[in-house]
Amino acid sequence: MRNQPHETIEDVRSDAIEKHHISLTINGTSYNLEVEPWTSVLDLLREHLNLTGTKKGCDHGQCGACTILLEGKRINSCLTLAIMHDGAEITTIEGLANNDGLHPVQQAFIEHDAFQCGYCTPGQICSTIGLIHEGKAKTLDDIRDLMSGNICRCGAYNNIVKVVQEALENHKNQTP
Amino acid sequence: MRPFSYSRAEDIDTAVNEVTAHEDARFIAGGTNLLDLMKIDVIHPQHLVDITHIAHDTIENTEDGGLRLGALVTNADTAYHPEVEKRYPLLAHAILAGASPQLRNKATDGGNLLQRTRCYYFYDKTTACNKREPGSGCAAIDGYNRLHAIFGASEHCIATHPSDMCVALAALDARVQVTGPDGSRTIPFEDFHRLPGDTPEKDTNLREDEIITSVDLPPKGFADHYTYIKNRDRASYAFALVSVAATLEIEDNVIKDARIALGGVAHKPWRNKEAESLLIDKPADRDGFQAVAAAIVKEAKSFRYNEFKIELARRSIVRALMEASQTYQ
Ligand SMILES: Cc1cc2nc3c(=O)[nH]c(=O)nc-3n(C[C@H](O)[C@H](O)[C@H](O)COP(=O)(O)OP(=O)(O)OC[C@H]3O[C@@H](n4cnc5c(N)ncnc54)[C@H](O)[C@@H]3O)c2cc1C
Ligand code: SF4
Ligand code: FES
Ligand code: FES
Repeated sequence: MRNQPHETIEDVRSDAIEKHHISLTINGTSYNLEVEPWTSVLDLLREHLNLTGTKKGCDHGQCGACTILLEGKRINSCLTLAIMHDGAEITTIEGLANNDGLHPVQQAFIEHDAFQCGYCTPGQICSTIGLIHEGKAKTLDDIRDLMSGNICRCGAYNNIVKVVQEALENHKNQTP
Repeated sequence: MRPFSYSRAEDIDTAVNEVTAHEDARFIAGGTNLLDLMKIDVIHPQHLVDITHIAHDTIENTEDGGLRLGALVTNADTAYHPEVEKRYPLLAHAILAGASPQLRNKATDGGNLLQRTRCYYFYDKTTACNKREPGSGCAAIDGYNRLHAIFGASEHCIATHPSDMCVALAALDARVQVTGPDGSRTIPFEDFHRLPGDTPEKDTNLREDEIITSVDLPPKGFADHYTYIKNRDRASYAFALVSVAATLEIEDNVIKDARIALGGVAHKPWRNKEAESLLIDKPADRDGFQAVAAAIVKEAKSFRYNEFKIELARRSIVRALMEASQTYQ
């Protein structure tokens, strides 16, 4: 077995790589930013903008804790580069509530007790909103399948499925 | 991640020029496989060329009556496209059996073809892997090889190709359109991915300076008789152990055309055309399906931990053909 020590970043490449300018609208606020090419949207949110509601679980697309809405579509913010999204509109968990109170899906998570530690919850909520917009979930099995990109280590799945089901019904009633 | 420089291409020619002009450069599309592997330092390009702003992001009818999937269309937009749902439901089902909704919203059709193997040793830089580091050996052959190939493996690599979408594209005889510095060419799907042989570092026959522009589907979509079965360790969000895409064309209960592609069993989506031809002009019944399944798995060779795949493949082929013979629109 070979077990080489990792080369450090300094060994490999210089600081010569330039930052790029991008502008983003996040939760309705515009930002003008200088980003390094390798900064993920997740790291940009958490480390640079202090929007720490979006969580880092695995950093590899496997858990869904980092789910955000990019142009209204749910994606994993850990597996995409900020630099690729100049001009884009992003919604995170911080952007869902308004002056009237919590977003209905946030409220439903509380009412149905759909979390324990809460670490996966911001991702679950953004994913639920994405799922509703997609309009593809018809049955309980569909809900389970189309929420499977969000892992909950506490196993709050039963109540999460109830929330999604209720949110879908409310959405149907509002848009005849 | 190691630092790298970045540029954005707005059209195919610029993309090809950019990737040739920079040392150790790669295209980035959805980024869902590339960034995953860059984070663990399995690949470490010095420059990325962003191709997501190139206009090859639509699905259009082709002159021969088929459908052209632009390389930058997302997997989600492909699976839910009305023409794909109606004319190529096998493809829609296969895509939706893979990854998660979030990933499918980012992953592109071109990137899906080029995703790397999920062999655990390929991901683990402390082990030997000829695919990651040519000449270092293969830790999987005598290691934990439950995920690995039962067809077409070599003494240098026994990895499998993990894509679901590609299994359907193999069954549909898709064609891959590519452009490089010397112009454009068409690669038939069966020639796109390769067997490992003694160069397992090469997954496909695409050259490094070539870009995929589209994946073209021929007119025949088998919308009446198709199925995609994916066997995996949990019901969703897991890679295939063995998957089967089966399509049939049936007239008066006689089979006129049959395709069977297997996923999770080889370095490329696996087809055996000789075995498929056993079905032609025969009735669509279980006896015939069992004979084909037996002919296909006859060539299988297992390793210490993946023997189960042979029987799983045999049974899945029979079940897939039974289901395909029964689907009606
Ligand atoms: C947790 C997880 C689970 C997954 N589960 C499944 C599953 O069950 N089934 C399945 O099939 N897949 C699965 N995937 C893989 C996923 O489908 C792929 O990561 C995705 O399709 C890759 O597409 P992309 O656009 O993101 O490619 P990228 O990551 O952008 O690129 C991948 C490679 O293709 C090259 N490339 C991209 N586009 C082009 C082009 N047009 N021309 C030339 N080169 C190009 C890049 O240079 C890179 O080398 C999973 C992924 C993750 C992270
Ligand atoms: S099977 Fe292939 S990918 Fe896996 S360790 Fe061996 S050489 Fe590497
Ligand atoms: S942190 Fe992005 S999917 Fe786990
Ligand atoms: S509530 Fe703890 S991980 Fe889901």
